[in-house]
Amino acid sequence: MSGLVLGAVAYDPKVVTIWDGFRAWLRGPGGLDFDYVLYSNYERQVEDLVAGRVDVAWNSPLAWVRARRLAAARGVTLTPVTMRDTDRDLRSVVAVRADSPVRSLADLRGRTVGTGAVDSPQATLLPLSLLRTAGLRPAAPDGDGDVTVRRFDVGVGLHGDHIGGERDAARALFGADPVDAACVIDSNLLLFGREGVLPSGSVRVLAQTPPYDHCTMTAGPSADDTLTKRFGELLLGMDYGDQDLRPLLDLEGLKQWLPPRLEGYAQLERAVDEAGFYDAEGAIRASDYRP
Amino acid sequence: MRATTDLDGLGLDDGGHLLVQRALEPLPAGGRLTVTGSHPALRVHLAAWCREHGHRVTEASAGGGETTGPGGPVEIIKGTAGEQRWRHAKRAGAADGPPDERADPRWGLAARGALVEAGGLPIGAEWTEREHVWADIAPRLYAAAAASQWDPATAVDWTATLEVPDEIERAVVQLMTYLVENEQAALIIPARLLSQLHPHFREVMQLLATQAADEARHVEVFTRRGLLSGGPLGTSSAGGRASLQTLLAEPDFTTASFLLSVLGEGTFLDLLRFIHEHAPDKVTADVARLAVRDEARHVAFGVAHTAHLVAADKSYLGVLRQSVERRHSALLDTAGLNTEVFDSLVLLAAGSWEPAAISRGWRAVRDLQASMDEGRRRRLAYIGFPDDEAAELSALHTRNFM
Repeated sequence: MSGLVLGAVAYDPKVVTIWDGFRAWLRGPGGLDFDYVLYSNYERQVEDLVAGRVDVAWNSPLAWVRARRLAAARGVTLTPVTMRDTDRDLRSVVAVRADSPVRSLADLRGRTVGTGAVDSPQATLLPLSLLRTAGLRPAAPDGDGDVTVRRFDVGVGLHGDHIGGERDAARALFGADPVDAACVIDSNLLLFGREGVLPSGSVRVLAQTPPYDHCTMTAGPSADDTLTKRFGELLLGMDYGDQDLRPLLDLEGLKQWLPPRLEGYAQLERAVDEAGFYDAEGAIRASDYRP
Repeated sequence: MRATTDLDGLGLDDGGHLLVQRALEPLPAGGRLTVTGSHPALRVHLAAWCREHGHRVTEASAGGGETTGPGGPVEIIKGTAGEQRWRHAKRAGAADGPPDERADPRWGLAARGALVEAGGLPIGAEWTEREHVWADIAPRLYAAAAASQWDPATAVDWTATLEVPDEIERAVVQLMTYLVENEQAALIIPARLLSQLHPHFREVMQLLATQAADEARHVEVFTRRGLLSGGPLGTSSAGGRASLQTLLAEPDFTTASFLLSVLGEGTFLDLLRFIHEHAPDKVTADVARLAVRDEARHVAFGVAHTAHLVAADKSYLGVLRQSVERRHSALLDTAGLNTEVFDSLVLLAAGSWEPAAISRGWRAVRDLQASMDEGRRRRLAYIGFPDDEAAELSALHTRNFM
């Protein structure tokens, strides 16, 4: 098939609205022969990208990490295309109840931490890596470690795009049999505060990760260079002042597309290795991960 | 001078973003704002909030590693999204002025005079041109209508004694049955027009809404009077219903308003006054009196709007004429007025079955028809029809009155 085919993960029904809208704009004013397909999880999308079954993939940060490893193992080249302005310099936080005696990460020794889904970079992998930097070994409830991890597996395979698990982890700070700390991304800490899930003043931020980057658009080996370049230019040229594009950009959660950068994924690469989530060749090694 | 704002202990999860937005408002894109405060999550919140809204937190104040707490001041660089969002916004006419000649469907449901963000779906309103719906008297008529709404429960003394001879009562019940049918048509038509009217023509929209509400009350009081003596309601003729249904099918705003309000409700003014004059009881007199007051407003708008349009475009008289002729030919094969209704009017005016009384009643109904005709001719002439044409068109009006 000619043209450029993008893969995206259907983590929410709005994904259809977004990519139908972008497709119409890319084909119409953009003049690009473009289509998209949807995946139920990121693992299959990444495998298809590297195998050349889709030309570009709208990747989560974890999907990028796996794609990079798979491509390197197979000698295949990937080309970063673009990212959203909202994908840069995110942080995850470890929050405790405001009146908690826990004053530092080290105080979490022997306590329980609530996280998002097993494959959530922002609410599981990165914050657990932060715990390790403080010398703590996170472990499952029946495992051997310093901190017990209570995971809230919602939307497994969506790499944390579904925030249900994160919200459950936040709620668990105040539930029956509460957790001592909860791991959430900064924007959800604010969101849960505004929703009343974490009433203002009810929690304290114990620690935060260094900044990291989130989603990235990646072209795979089957993508035509000229089309990929044109696709990138069109995305970068999308104007928030355009009344037809603005609702789509709002749905996708950005004001502007930016050039890609790859240095923001080092933290996650490390977290993936520490957790043994993927191996160096990109094979899934996490035994309890069923996307 | 650098812009600053102090949130004190307020968090962004508790309304603090309003202060930040207010301080950013006067700044140009790229302008810098320094935010201070003591909320423990201030920096985490600000970073997330700025990212979501297209602003940036400067690197120096972003903090790193495990550092938490409010720390020092946070510096924000204002983004361009706000300016981009409103770049193509336009006002939907003027709030305090008359409506625009043409209402842009893209204004949708926006208030007249509101600043409308570009984008979104256009409203599917059929009537978007002022000339097709407007009358200068509309705002005053709406004000009068709003001030004249009455409560059916209290405006009529439903406990008044009902000492009406059985046969006269049957005539009243028949007339009420007929009135309900007509008022239901008169309710549906403005409601239908309303659904296709661009809301920019606010006063017309409001007036049509009160018109529908008026008819809802009329349906109620006529039904209630019809059932007051405990008997069943009267008859509904096929011809009468057919006549009313031609009104429902009228596709154009002005011809629908013309046929319903100018000719139909105009004729009804005389009918309701007649019922009021000859009412055998106070409840019947009251319901007719209350209804006629409302109907007069409906007629006033119909006449003023039609005249307004004709003043702008004389050739529209031809369209109006055609609408009368079309309705007439559609009704040629129908019986017209329900004979039971006609006979009831005679009996109501007669007051008894005495031959002399019936003769009086018969003459009264003939006079009623003459005054209905005269009223229609007067309104048609006001709109702009020459007298002879007004007489001709009045004669073509349905025998079913409405």
